[in-house]
Amino acid sequence: METSELLQLAIAGLKNGSIYALLALGFTIVYAATNVINFAQGEFYMLGGMFAVLAFTQFELPLLVSVPLAVLVVAGIGMLFETLAIRPRKDAEPMALIIITVGGSLVFASLARHAFGSDALPLPEFTAGPSFLFAGAAIERQTVWIWGIVLVTVAGLTFLYSKTRLGRAMRACMQNREAARLMGIDTARVVMISFGLAAALGAVAGVAVTPLTSTRFDIGAGIAVKGFAAAILGGLGSPLAAVAGGLLLGLIEQAVIPFSSALKDVVALGVLLAVLFLRPQGLFRRARREKM
Amino acid sequence: MLEVDAFVAGYGRIPVLHGVSLKAGAGQMITLVGANGAGKSTLLKAIAGVLPARSGRVILEGEDVTSVPVHRRVGKGVVLVPEGRMLFGAMSVDENLTLGAYLRTGGEARREAEAERERVFELFPILARRRTQPAGTLSGGEQQMLAVGRALMSDPKVLLLDEPSLGLAPKVISEIFAVLDRLREGGLTMVLVEQDARLALKHADYGYVMRTGSVALEGSSADLLANDDVRLIYLGAWHGRE
Ligand SMILES: Nc1ncnc2c1ncn2[C@@H]1O[C@H](COP(=O)(O)OP(=O)(O)O)[C@@H](O)[C@H]1O
Ligand SMILES: [Mg+2]
Repeated sequence: METSELLQLAIAGLKNGSIYALLALGFTIVYAATNVINFAQGEFYMLGGMFAVLAFTQFELPLLVSVPLAVLVVAGIGMLFETLAIRPRKDAEPMALIIITVGGSLVFASLARHAFGSDALPLPEFTAGPSFLFAGAAIERQTVWIWGIVLVTVAGLTFLYSKTRLGRAMRACMQNREAARLMGIDTARVVMISFGLAAALGAVAGVAVTPLTSTRFDIGAGIAVKGFAAAILGGLGSPLAAVAGGLLLGLIEQAVIPFSSALKDVVALGVLLAVLFLRPQGLFRRARREKM
Repeated sequence: MLEVDAFVAGYGRIPVLHGVSLKAGAGQMITLVGANGAGKSTLLKAIAGVLPARSGRVILEGEDVTSVPVHRRVGKGVVLVPEGRMLFGAMSVDENLTLGAYLRTGGEARREAEAERERVFELFPILARRRTQPAGTLSGGEQQMLAVGRALMSDPKVLLLDEPSLGLAPKVISEIFAVLDRLREGGLTMVLVEQDARLALKHADYGYVMRTGSVALEGSSADLLANDDVRLIYLGAWHGRE
């Protein structure tokens, strides 16, 4: 295979991987705050695209207004979901809560079908124009947007966690929720904000990718598997590991394409099972080290 | 300052406290002593609001705070140094202290919290030298000092201490109790839980002896230390340890 072809695969891998990274961050943030795997995470991705399409085509708002608006709306939905479905049962076993999130995912998907129909809905690229050429490989403009968004998101999260009062409270909750309460931290509020943040990250991914793939009411489940696999790969502990897990999964997927493109969509499941069997703490953590 | 009135509480459906009442005047250090499993930690958790009341009341400076949740009770000045310390092990000493001052926001309160940090370092100079070290890497004594320091950062009116001497060497224990004495001289109200009744009664003004979820006996520290039953049952094991 030629270098330019390899490069093209790597670009595709890093593009998809960036999207998986954002979803993996969502899984990781909610897990850190609650020990719950939120299987509605994929629907936040779907709803991000949907609300952006709605704002752009129905309300005819500019694209650069529609996109952040959609993210905010979905963040609100995430917090509402936590308040109505999770919080009233917060003392239940994590497994019971996980099943609630699976139910939530089905509800979101069917509501979306009623509200937005069952067609694939498109969104224009954030900035129109031809692809960039780089060493014989083409990079779509939207891909550059996706990378930029991921970089800004990761920088923002790093700042949030290390420099802000809210971020410190979130880390305190991750380490010891009872101790956090003894500091005067309203842990219920932190959990709600964690859901909102995870939903926003899912929505950001969904909005960023819709110009390339369109969106439809039923795309949540498929992407959730990939985001979850990426999160498991990263060990469900640190945000940076989640991002690394996402990028790695994207690259692995592209690496199998030359052998069989039909395999690409089973890669995530294969990775998921392999990690759970062989290295349940993820690739980047020593066993049983403390979170963050 | 602090008043607990006929407090009943437990874990799930198992009752632990069967109507406990006690009082701590402003600037007083009271102590709860009693055998393992008597309900001392449970009572402190109830005062802090970690454990809800089935019946009875917790009154702080005349205000009924029984139904105020933990995190808001901290804002009212009821601060617990819990059993086992519960530090944020992966965070630095400084960050643990910063979290102690979580509710002190806004310009003036923030400046006060920074002054508080200096005071904590003055009380426990070793912490100043460990500022950037993860709390989990400190020695047991240093961790206990950090737990107390972190609680002081919350600007407590009533400091609740659950077995601060647990597992520590005598020299470290006396260092920590010297600081508690200083805090009392500074006017801080404290509720001290201790296994080591002799140690506790030596430092506190007033003591409650707990037995299976009730107060069996109370009195000034001097009276309790002189009481024959107390000497026999609770101090006997510590004879000759001074
Ligand atoms: N988290 C808990 N869940 C259930 N029972 C508990 C819990 N903590 C303590 N207990 C029970 O409550 C009683 C009092 O315990 P505790 O307050 O810790 O006593 P002490 O601090 O005086 O040693 C004991 O019988 C203990 O087994
Ligand atoms: Mg105890």
